[in-house]
Amino acid sequence: MIPAMFGFSLGISETYMTILVKTLEWATLKIQKASADERTLKASASNGLIQREDGSMEKELEELRRSRPKPPVGGDFTLSDCFYFTRRGIESIVEDEVTQRFTSEELFSWNLLTRTNNDFQYISLKLTLVYGLGIFVRYCILAPLRITLACIGLSWLVIGTSAVGLLPNSRIKSWLSEWVHVMCYRICARGLSATILYHNRENKPKKGGICVANHTTPIDIVILCNDGCYAMVGQVHGGLMGVVQRAMVRSCPHVWFERAEMKDRHLVTKRLRDHVNDKTKLPILIFPEGTCVNNTSVMMFKKGSFEIGATIYPVAIKYDPKFGDAFWNSSKYSMVSYLLRMMTSWALVCNVWYLPAMHQQEGEDAVQFANRVKSAIAHQGGLVDLQ
Amino acid sequence: MGSSSSSMDNIPNAEELMQETGFSAAHLLRLYERFEFLDKDQTGELRPEDFGAVGGLALNPIGDRIISAFFSPGRETVDFPSFVRVLAHFRPNDTNRTRNGTQQEPVNSRTRKLKFAFQLYDQDRDGKISRAELLQVLRAMLGIQVTEEQLQSIAERAIQEADLDRDDAISFDEFRKSLEKVNIDHKMSIRFLK
Repeated sequence: MIPAMFGFSLGISETYMTILVKTLEWATLKIQKASADERTLKASASNGLIQREDGSMEKELEELRRSRPKPPVGGDFTLSDCFYFTRRGIESIVEDEVTQRFTSEELFSWNLLTRTNNDFQYISLKLTLVYGLGIFVRYCILAPLRITLACIGLSWLVIGTSAVGLLPNSRIKSWLSEWVHVMCYRICARGLSATILYHNRENKPKKGGICVANHTTPIDIVILCNDGCYAMVGQVHGGLMGVVQRAMVRSCPHVWFERAEMKDRHLVTKRLRDHVNDKTKLPILIFPEGTCVNNTSVMMFKKGSFEIGATIYPVAIKYDPKFGDAFWNSSKYSMVSYLLRMMTSWALVCNVWYLPAMHQQEGEDAVQFANRVKSAIAHQGGLVDLQ
Repeated sequence: MGSSSSSMDNIPNAEELMQETGFSAAHLLRLYERFEFLDKDQTGELRPEDFGAVGGLALNPIGDRIISAFFSPGRETVDFPSFVRVLAHFRPNDTNRTRNGTQQEPVNSRTRKLKFAFQLYDQDRDGKISRAELLQVLRAMLGIQVTEEQLQSIAERAIQEADLDRDDAISFDEFRKSLEKVNIDHKMSIRFLK
């Protein structure tokens, strides 16, 4: 933990990861050998139930009409034309593109976690033994360690920021507050065994801008704040979250809204704009999707943050599903059970790409600008760009 | 996307449904989850408005006909077994299924698929597609592309081609005959992934 505070690494986590990767590869090979004859048609990033034809309407209708001679008058029609439309209609009843993105990504091979075990049957004794050992290690050794770390991190965040808040406003204060914030997030990240790889750090968001990222889980915040300090935006909560929020606000300005204020869009925009225009304040962190998505695609961005007219720094976050599913399905799991799941996964591995800053161009409205940023993020992270 | 993970126990008469429709347990479960998702007010039954929420259907020229195909005449709601029975029409034909004499004709046979399509045209369910019903469908599918006279002449031609007993309407047998050469199984099936 001490090395975590200062940002060093003792190399223990690296060794752990290499062992983990080797074990998972071995397990995958075993499963592949056993089920080599049962190859299924699943595409890697789809949990689809049906396979759709990609043909265009014209092509399909022509095929349907092939059995008849083509009549001279324009506007052709046969009784079988309805087949095409019927099929498309039923296909969309069974499944539509959008809802697919809200269930967890299915792995092509098993990663020795019970929760991702959908179709895999008993393969061999060795595999089961390794799996059993894995459960023991995860629940009895790793989880308590991680929970303690997380608690320490959180309490230190509250204490540290309140302490810094007592100091008068000065450069030392902002430097200290940044240091406290980053340190606490580093401890929390260690508490989740998170390995984060940052790319293109020269594009890191600067003060007076807005940082925009795709949203998979609340842990995104921990991931991003490990590498820099941001101002948060959100609703004021009660309870533990409220304590944390109030403490954070003491040491450096965040933008917390009362529930009633959230409804008034102009008020929200004005406050954000004020914050952004003050060049000494930290960049704001916003997730324009508005909700957690399962990290295989990027959903439509809400245009609110793009109307403020500030510089946008896009960031792409991609989790590696081999080590644990980071997606928070808020209808399925509560926050606490989600955190427990995270702490009993193998680890959290993710890649963070900082993209070059973008500005709203002449003649581009907020929606087009939002789409442009969305495509850039999706392209960089290897995610599907959902229209 | 329910609040708890579904299991086969939530589905009433699952075994029977599987027998009747030929869906596997995994597919049935997925369809049940989809049913629950569409059932926004959690009543256990679907209404026409629930189908309205499906994006692709609103753009479909015969979307409302497809929706009403789920509802038996006179009923305003559809429960899960009925939902699945309609979808079972779109399963591809099982080529290796053995047929014995006592077994009922499977739901996804060529005839049943044709009957489903026939009923999309024949909205008043009198067993015949009248000229007026045909015109309705034509208007929905071709609508803005053609003029009213062209619509009439297309309808005329379609009836003349298919109507063999000259009663100015298309019965189910005439319908089936005119579609003899079409690969129904391919065109009216949805490929369910394993």
